[in-house]
Amino acid sequence: MRLAQHMAVASERVTAIAIEATEFPELSRSYRVMAVPKIVMNDRVEFEGALPEPQFLEAVLQAAGGQAPLAETK
Amino acid sequence: MLNARDQEAVRQEFAKIAGPVKLVVFSQELVAGDLCRQNETLVREVAALSDQISVEVLNPAIDRERAEAYGVSEVPAIAVEGARDYGIRFLGVPSGYEFSNLIDSIIVASTGEPALSEATKTSLAGLASDVEIKVFSTPT
Repeated sequence: MRLAQHMAVASERVTAIAIEATEFPELSRSYRVMAVPKIVMNDRVEFEGALPEPQFLEAVLQAAGGQAPLAETK
Repeated sequence: MLNARDQEAVRQEFAKIAGPVKLVVFSQELVAGDLCRQNETLVREVAALSDQISVEVLNPAIDRERAEAYGVSEVPAIAVEGARDYGIRFLGVPSGYEFSNLIDSIIVASTGEPALSEATKTSLAGLASDVEIKVFSTPT
């Protein structure tokens, strides 16, 4: 969440939502949350675990752009 | 909910606060009474540690238009606002791991200065469309 919230401050286009998975089981199920942290961007780019800033940024740019998602996990 | 040691640690962190921050709490007794009360108590305890932090409580069933403007339909939730609404939200009580993120979000919202590399900030400034980042976590 740390990188996400700093990016939200950096750009008016970015919003960051921390979700307590155990309190929102239906939401977590619908996003297939099996391990945490799980990050979902624009419902099209998703990954599990923490990423360094450059890779996290890359995922944001993918979510914003028209490229096919790379970091899709099952 | 915060013991004396937690309060002291947060107070030290809050020395970095550079401007006013508003924590908007979304509560709805009928939907999730216990969790909403816990969330509100936690937010008020945090806010008491800095005179720069104010708290407003909204009920999405009553303050419907304002909750919709914040994009919040679930409770409990928190929006962290600084000089503007940066789009930072917490769904669920931010305890454990998320608690440190709540504290960090208050500080960065107060300064408006994200701790990111220049390269990252330049890339973000060029974003052509909106990006919503959801981060799922658990308390431990």
